[in-house]
Amino acid sequence: MKIGIAGTLESNDVMMTVKESDTPKIVIESIVYDYFSKQIRDTIVSTLEEMNIKNVDVLCQDRGALDYAIKARLITAIERMEE
Amino acid sequence: MRRSLLFIPGNNPAMLQNADVFESDAIIIDLEDAVSISEKDSARDLVRFYLKSTAENDLEIVIRINGLDSKYGLADLKAVVSDKIDTIMLPKAHAQDVKHLVEILSGLEKERGMKKKIGIIPIIELATSVLETEEIAKQARVSGLLLGAEDLTTDLGIERTKTGSEILFPRFQVIYACAANKIEAIDTPFTDTKDESGLSADCKTAAELGMNAKACIHPNQVETVNKYFSPSQKLIDWSLRVIEAQKKAEANGLGVFSLDGKMIDKPIIERAEKVLAKAAKFKIL
Repeated sequence: MKIGIAGTLESNDVMMTVKESDTPKIVIESIVYDYFSKQIRDTIVSTLEEMNIKNVDVLCQDRGALDYAIKARLITAIERMEE
Repeated sequence: MRRSLLFIPGNNPAMLQNADVFESDAIIIDLEDAVSISEKDSARDLVRFYLKSTAENDLEIVIRINGLDSKYGLADLKAVVSDKIDTIMLPKAHAQDVKHLVEILSGLEKERGMKKKIGIIPIIELATSVLETEEIAKQARVSGLLLGAEDLTTDLGIERTKTGSEILFPRFQVIYACAANKIEAIDTPFTDTKDESGLSADCKTAAELGMNAKACIHPNQVETVNKYFSPSQKLIDWSLRVIEAQKKAEANGLGVFSLDGKMIDKPIIERAEKVLAKAAKFKIL
């Protein structure tokens, strides 16, 4: 199975783990889940759409990352998965 | 015009998004030594999207890319060249490398329809670069030279000391090459982030020799560096008096005049103007 990981569990960062999957799945663990889980999910979904990626399993372990970091870490994880 | 340039690791979101609160005149987002080989891709993506997310402001954004002889340098440039950045810092630079960088930047700027022309700060950190300093300083787009004493002393196989006697010659090379080409001489960072008095002494020496600015490797160094590379109040007061006296002399048709018993002529007036320009820029006038 192809897998890609990027980011860290440091404050203001996010660790993205992306795996090949038959069905799309997004799991978000965040220290600000109650306030920002929808925004995080939207960023992940829009980034996957932009990259035309459909069947992946995304685990997002967020430590308060801003949108740019979520997007960047997801893209790196996907690129690493494809290496 | 700069006093302090603060290095920020390119793979650290917490530092990146606070870049504008550290009060340095420029930040150097580092994709080279501060990023391990296994994280080069990750840092490059992070910096690319960080830049897209930022609004333009007065802070100079410098990106230290990996060397163009590595497999990362060109990818770094493709990721970061945009109107959001001001300057590329080129490690282990020689004149040929700077020429090559100018060609790549020109191509990317044209391809991307950019308004801005990106500047270049080559790092002088090899013995061969020290001997080529003037040629490097002359190249198009070069707005300053940074002396990199850590790599340089490694290249020389000598110990790096806090007094810096081993880097006197390269400091002078950088200072004179920059002054001759009207660009900024940027001093090497002081690497002991806990030694405040050592930092002060190092700043004082560098400023007295003729360095215009200094790189910082920790936010806690910025205040001290800004202090030593700003004109002192005494110098500002003197400069104001020179310009005032010049206006009076001009009104009386005099080209040369005296102030406090000393002759004041064109070079002195230019020096006073430079001091006041720097003071105005950093809002200490």
